[in-house]
Amino acid sequence: MAQVLEANKVIEANKVLEVTNLHKAFGGIKAVNGVSFSVNEGEILGIIGPNGCGKSTLFNCILGQLEPTEGSVKLDGRDVTNLRPSELNRRGVSRTFQLLQVFPELSVRENLILAGQEHEGSMLSRFFGARDAGLSKKADQMISFFKLGHLIDEKAGGLSYGQQKLLDAAMAFMAGPRLVLLDEPAGGVNLTMLGDLKERLRAINAEQGATFVVIEHNMDFVMSLCSRVIVLAEGKVLAEGTPAEVRANPAVIEAYLGH
Amino acid sequence: MAEFIAYLIAGIATGAIYALAAIGFTLVWQTSQTINFAQGEFVMLPAVLVLLAIKLFGAPIWLGALIGIAAFILIFGVGFKLTVVDPMIKHGVLPLAIATMALSIIMKEGAKDGFSAEAQNFPSFVPSQTIQVFGASISLQHLAIIAVAFAVIGALQWFVGGTRLGRQMQATAQNPTVARILGIPVERMVLLTFVINAALAVVASVLISPIYLAKFSNGEVIGLFAFIAAIVGGFNQVRGALVGGLIVGIVDSMAAAYISTQYRLAVPLVLLVVVILLKPEGLMGRKEERRV
Amino acid sequence: MTAPATHESLPQRSRLSLPAFVDGSLLTLMAGAVILWFAPVGMGRYGTYVLSLWLVMSVAVMGLNLTLGYAGLKSLAQAAFMGLGAYTTAILTTKYGVSWYAAFALSGLLTFAVGLVLGFPALRVKAHYLAFVTLAFSTLIWLIMRNEQWLTGGVFGIANINRPEFFGIKLFGALEFHRFVVVVTFILAVVLWWMIRSPWGRAFTALRENPIRAASLGVDTRTYTLLAFAIGSAYAGFAGALYAPLVEFIDPSPFSLSQSFFLLLMVVAGGSGYLLGPFIGALLGVVLPEWLRFAGSLYLIIFATIVMLLLIACPQGVSGLLERGWAKVSGKTGAR
Repeated sequence: MAQVLEANKVIEANKVLEVTNLHKAFGGIKAVNGVSFSVNEGEILGIIGPNGCGKSTLFNCILGQLEPTEGSVKLDGRDVTNLRPSELNRRGVSRTFQLLQVFPELSVRENLILAGQEHEGSMLSRFFGARDAGLSKKADQMISFFKLGHLIDEKAGGLSYGQQKLLDAAMAFMAGPRLVLLDEPAGGVNLTMLGDLKERLRAINAEQGATFVVIEHNMDFVMSLCSRVIVLAEGKVLAEGTPAEVRANPAVIEAYLGH
Repeated sequence: MAEFIAYLIAGIATGAIYALAAIGFTLVWQTSQTINFAQGEFVMLPAVLVLLAIKLFGAPIWLGALIGIAAFILIFGVGFKLTVVDPMIKHGVLPLAIATMALSIIMKEGAKDGFSAEAQNFPSFVPSQTIQVFGASISLQHLAIIAVAFAVIGALQWFVGGTRLGRQMQATAQNPTVARILGIPVERMVLLTFVINAALAVVASVLISPIYLAKFSNGEVIGLFAFIAAIVGGFNQVRGALVGGLIVGIVDSMAAAYISTQYRLAVPLVLLVVVILLKPEGLMGRKEERRV
Repeated sequence: MTAPATHESLPQRSRLSLPAFVDGSLLTLMAGAVILWFAPVGMGRYGTYVLSLWLVMSVAVMGLNLTLGYAGLKSLAQAAFMGLGAYTTAILTTKYGVSWYAAFALSGLLTFAVGLVLGFPALRVKAHYLAFVTLAFSTLIWLIMRNEQWLTGGVFGIANINRPEFFGIKLFGALEFHRFVVVVTFILAVVLWWMIRSPWGRAFTALRENPIRAASLGVDTRTYTLLAFAIGSAYAGFAGALYAPLVEFIDPSPFSLSQSFFLLLMVVAGGSGYLLGPFIGALLGVVLPEWLRFAGSLYLIIFATIVMLLLIACPQGVSGLLERGWAKVSGKTGAR
C-alpha cells in the first residue's frame, strides 16, 4: 500500500500542492468558481487579485477552514480535501493569517514551541515529557534567524506589529513544513520590516528548499518575491505566468485598472 | 381526547411564557453577545417587586404594579445594560456570562431575603375559572395567557418588521458593524433591546405568577426552559425562540401528564440533547459556516 | 544587533540550588501543605472541619479552573459532577463495602467518562454549547439524586458514610482525616501543576486565546478541549469522593445548579487561569461565610456582588490583584 503511494508520489514528484476545479459558493454567490493550479516543489507562488476576487476563500478551502462545494486538494499526490486544519498542519501544511495571530499571553519562545510541539511524540509524551518538548534550541535558532533573538523571553503581546508579523512567520516554519501558505504577509508592515521579511523568506526558500504560496495585495512585494504568479478575478484564474508576463498581460491590467 | 386538549392548551400557555423569555434572551444575545444566565430570575422578579411595592407603600394593586414594573424595567433593562454589560463586555463574552450568573444569585437571594422565602399569591386579572370546550375543561387563565402573550409577540413582530426603529434594531442585531456604517445609532438600539427584554420579562412574570405564585426560586425552571427553547428553536432567531418556546411548553405539559411528574423536567432536557446531536443549529436555524 | 545570547532552557544547577523544575507555585503548594498539616492543632472539631471543607472545595474549583480558566470553556455542571463523585463513593462504600480508595478512583473515572460523553457532541458544535449541555446535565443529575430513592435515598440522602483507613490507621477523627485530605489535595494540585506547565498547558492556553490559530499550528483543538473538560470534571469527581466521607452524610442540595454557578464564581473570584486561584476562591466562597456566620444567607449576595465588582475592575480576580500589587511593590524597590 505504502509503496503504491510512494510510486504515485514519484510520478508527481515536483507537485507539492495540486488544486483541481475548486468551487465554493455562499448561498448564491460563487466566491471561488472552478480554480485549478499546482505548486511545484521549491517555488514561491504568488496569488494576487483585486479585492473580493476569492483569494481568501480559496486559501480557506485549501486549508480546511471552509468546506469546498466542489473540487479537490492534493498534497504530494494524496487527497487532503476537507481535512481538519490541525490534521493538515501535521501533514506539513503551515500557514499565517491575514490578521495577526500570535498568542499575546505566551512568550515568544512559548509561541514558537507551541508551533512545533504537536508535530512530535504522542499526547502522553507531551504530558510526561520535557516542558519545552525538546524544542527550546530550535525555537532559539528560529527566532535568531528571524532576527528577534533579543526578544525571546518577551510576551508576544508586547512586541511591535512588525515584530509580531515576523514571529507569526517564524511560527509557520517551526515544524519544518512541506508547504507554507502566507496570507498577506506584508499587510501593515513598515518598509524596513518588509525588506527583512522578504529577505528571510527568500533565505528559507534557498536554504531549505521550502515551498511557498503567498497571497498578497502589495504588488511590488509579490513581483519581487515570487517566481510565478497567478491572478484571480471573480473567483477564476485570469492569468498565470512569471511576474514579468503577468505584469504585461492586458487582461490583468484591465482587471486592476479597468474600473 | 378532552384531557389531551386541556393539556395541550396548558402546554401552549406555559410555552408562550417560555417563548417570551426566550425571545428576550435571543434579542440580547444578538445585539450584545450577552448570554444572560439570569433570564429566569428576570421573569421571577417583576411579580415580587409588584407585591413588594404593594406591601411597602400600601398602594392599591394598579399603583403597585406600576411602581414594580417601572422599577424593574429601569433597573434590569437600562441599569443592567449600563452598569453590568457595558463595563464587562470589553473583557469578553465569558466574564459577562459569569457576571450574569452572579446577578442571578443576587436576584434570587435578594428576593428570598428581601421579600419572602415562601410562595405568595399574585393577583390575577382573569377569574380562575374553567370553561367547557368539546368536553374539555380549559382554564380561562391559560386562554388569557395565550391571548396576551401572542398579542405581545405579534406587536413585537410588527415593531421589528413594520417600523423604522424596529428595522434599525433588527439591522443592529444582525450585524452591528454594518449597522454602524449605515448611520444607525447602534448603542441606543442595543439599549432598546435590553428594555424590550425587561418588558417581555415583565409580561411573562405578570402572566405566570397568578398560576405558579410569586416565589424566589421560580426563575430556575423558567430560565432553564427559556435556554432550551432558544436553542431548540435556533439560537439567533426570534422566530425560532417562539417556536422553541411553544414546543418546550407542550412537551413539558405532555410529559407531566403522560410520562412522569417526577421526571417532567427531564423530557425537555432530552429534547435539547437530541436537537444538539441531530440539528445543532436548531429547528429554525440556518447552518453556520466555519469561519476564519 | 549582536548575536542573541543563547538561552539555556534549563538553568545551570549549582550545588545549593533546588532542582530546576521547582518554581514558586510548587513551593507555595508545599509550604501550604505543611502549614495545613499542623494548622488545625487546637482548633477543635468544627474549625478542622471547615479547613478540610475548604480543601475539598478547592479541588472542585481547581478542576473548573482548568476547564474555564485555562481552556476557556463554560461548564455549568461542576457541582453535579461533584455530586456524581460523592454519590458514587457513598453508595460503593456503604452498600457494597468497596474500599474508599477504589471508590475514589472509580468516582474520578466515571466523571471523566461522563465528561467525554457530554463534551463530545457539545464541542462539535460550538464552545458555548457546552454551557447548555452541562446545564441540562446538571438538572438531570439532580433529578436522579432526588427521585431514585432506592439508589440515592432521595431527599433523605445517604448517611453513615465511613472515613477511609490508611495502612490500618483509622482516619475517623477530624484531625486525622484532615491530614489525609491535605495529602490528597496536595497530590491532585501537583498533578495539575505538572499538567499546566507541560506542553498540554501551553496547548490549553492557546486554544483559549485563539483556537483557530492553534489548530493551524497542529494543535488538535477537539482533543485538548475535550481533555480539559473531562479532567476538570474528574477533579469534581475526586472532590466529591472526599466530600462524602468528610461530611459523612450527603443529600442532593449541595449539588444543585446554583452550586455550579457558585463554583464558577469561586474560580473567577480567586483568579481564573492562576494555579493557586482556586484556593483563594474557595477561601472566599466557603471559609469566609463560615467565619462570618452573622451575615447568614446575605453572604451569598455579598459574595456575588464582590465577584461582579472584581469582574469589572480586575477580571483576573484576587490573584490578579495580588499580582498587580506585587508588581507595584517589587517595581518600586527594583527601581533604585
